[in-house]
Amino acid sequence: MKVEQISIFLENKPGSLENVTGILKDANINIRTLSLADTTDFGILRLIVNDVNTSIKVLKENGLRVSRTTVVAVEVPDRPGGLHSILEVLSKNGINVEYLYAFVEKSGQNAVIIFRFDAPDAAIDVLLKNGFTVMPGEKLYAF
Amino acid sequence: MIYNEEFETLPREVLESLQLKRLQQIVQRVYHTVGFYRKTFDEAGVKPDDIKTISDIRRLPFTAKQDLRDNYPFGLFTVPMSSIVRLHASSGTTGRSVVVGYTKRDIDTWSELMARCFVAAGLTKNDIIHNAYGYGLFTGGLGAHYGAEKLGASVIPISGGNTKRQIMILQDFGPTAICCTPSYALNLAEQGAAMGVDMQSLKLRVGIFGAEPWSEQMRDEIENKLNLTALNIYGLSEIMGPGVSMECLEGRQGMHVFEDHFIVEVIHPETGELLPYGEEGELVFTTITKEAFPLIRYRTRDISRLIAEPCRCGRSHIRMDRVTGRSDDMLIIRGVNVFPSQIEAVLMGVTEIEPHYQLIVDRSGTMDTLEVHVEVSEHIFSDSDEVRYLQKMEKRLSKDIKEYLGITAKVKLVEPKSLQRFEGKASRVIDKRKM
Repeated sequence: MKVEQISIFLENKPGSLENVTGILKDANINIRTLSLADTTDFGILRLIVNDVNTSIKVLKENGLRVSRTTVVAVEVPDRPGGLHSILEVLSKNGINVEYLYAFVEKSGQNAVIIFRFDAPDAAIDVLLKNGFTVMPGEKLYAF
Repeated sequence: MIYNEEFETLPREVLESLQLKRLQQIVQRVYHTVGFYRKTFDEAGVKPDDIKTISDIRRLPFTAKQDLRDNYPFGLFTVPMSSIVRLHASSGTTGRSVVVGYTKRDIDTWSELMARCFVAAGLTKNDIIHNAYGYGLFTGGLGAHYGAEKLGASVIPISGGNTKRQIMILQDFGPTAICCTPSYALNLAEQGAAMGVDMQSLKLRVGIFGAEPWSEQMRDEIENKLNLTALNIYGLSEIMGPGVSMECLEGRQGMHVFEDHFIVEVIHPETGELLPYGEEGELVFTTITKEAFPLIRYRTRDISRLIAEPCRCGRSHIRMDRVTGRSDDMLIIRGVNVFPSQIEAVLMGVTEIEPHYQLIVDRSGTMDTLEVHVEVSEHIFSDSDEVRYLQKMEKRLSKDIKEYLGITAKVKLVEPKSLQRFEGKASRVIDKRKM
């Protein structure tokens, strides 16, 4: 039920991001969603792509520092209180969120929230028990 | 004014015969008490009895900083610890630092030489000396302190740091002289001005600045901002500490080397060939009166030149020009000696980063700044891909550098292969300071 995400170390300077998107374009990789966490000096680019293995391979070949991280994708109706309902459950069960980002599905009906948990298995368990839809990786990659 | 009129104005030929006599004694002593010198003299095919004229010093082998490190901590001392009353060490930690020892008589000599420096700066026992050189293992604080007491002046042992308090004491105690690094003098001037203190109307008359390279422009700036006469002092722990040479108030050009205690030479840094007066090269010192830790032809790596022309102050001792650079990669940052290899030692063994780094030294206002750029390794995300984790790592590295070297550095993580690569001898330093 988990999703594989790619994390890339980037310096906060012109051209860093463009370098990555260029490498992925040349390898014919489609980016599903992304988030960029940054400081004044550096940033961490997190990507969900259609082909994790190829992406990691080409990025590494181009000398980038890349890692494969595990995240959890949760589908919620795209309406007020959607995200809140998930966080309420997580909070009640003492589950800590390290970071999250979101995008809206093509249909426009649902939002997909990408969560990074320190304990993803426990989080998935809690979410499923409370009736949330946890999206398998394969579905997300193939969007 | 001259503290020791007799010795500081000896006619050259009398001075040189005194130097020869003292050199012969020291060479005999080190040859017969220190295995290192016995070995290097034998390898060079020179015996103590071969030193018949002062120019025979050239037959003696050089001593390098590495030799001192190899004999860490006490290997080159010529007296038992029972005769040693003080130990100092240059910046750095085990294996990197140089430990120096002093007998009671060495301390007396050093005190006299520092007293000579103060008198050369126009000070008397009526002066109050604000001594902002660091007290501790560093020779600056205690060296200047003992000299001030020897002279009979009133010394304020303020040491370094706590700038606001220093400014308060400068106002309230009314010192007439100050000793510190030139960059700290400018820092005091700026912080004082920011606090609304008129730094030009303090009682300071003269400043004795050293322990880091500085320029004539910086001298002008300090003199303007603090309304005093700024003089240059030179010294290094290995040879003694501050007080190896000092600029005189009358000449204000070049520092008199106290030649009744030291023999100074200038050599070509690459070939080791002796250079004539006036030519720029590496300073080499031989201590001819030190008891605990004499040094024979010690290569300082400091670049300067000797000025043989007589000085208007009346001292017969030769002058050395201000140090214009270093012949190795040592950096002096806020008065602290920093070798890139020491930074490397901190960075090594951290799996998240590569041993590829660059040091960027700059001057922000009047303070030297150090940035360490280091490339991240493929294990950068091995624990977490969170921003705060990487920031924590930068902070931890800064803290390690601070603990290891005693200087504050900003650590910046950079992408792999983003730092320049070098063929052969790596130049890992970008020094943007304008000297």
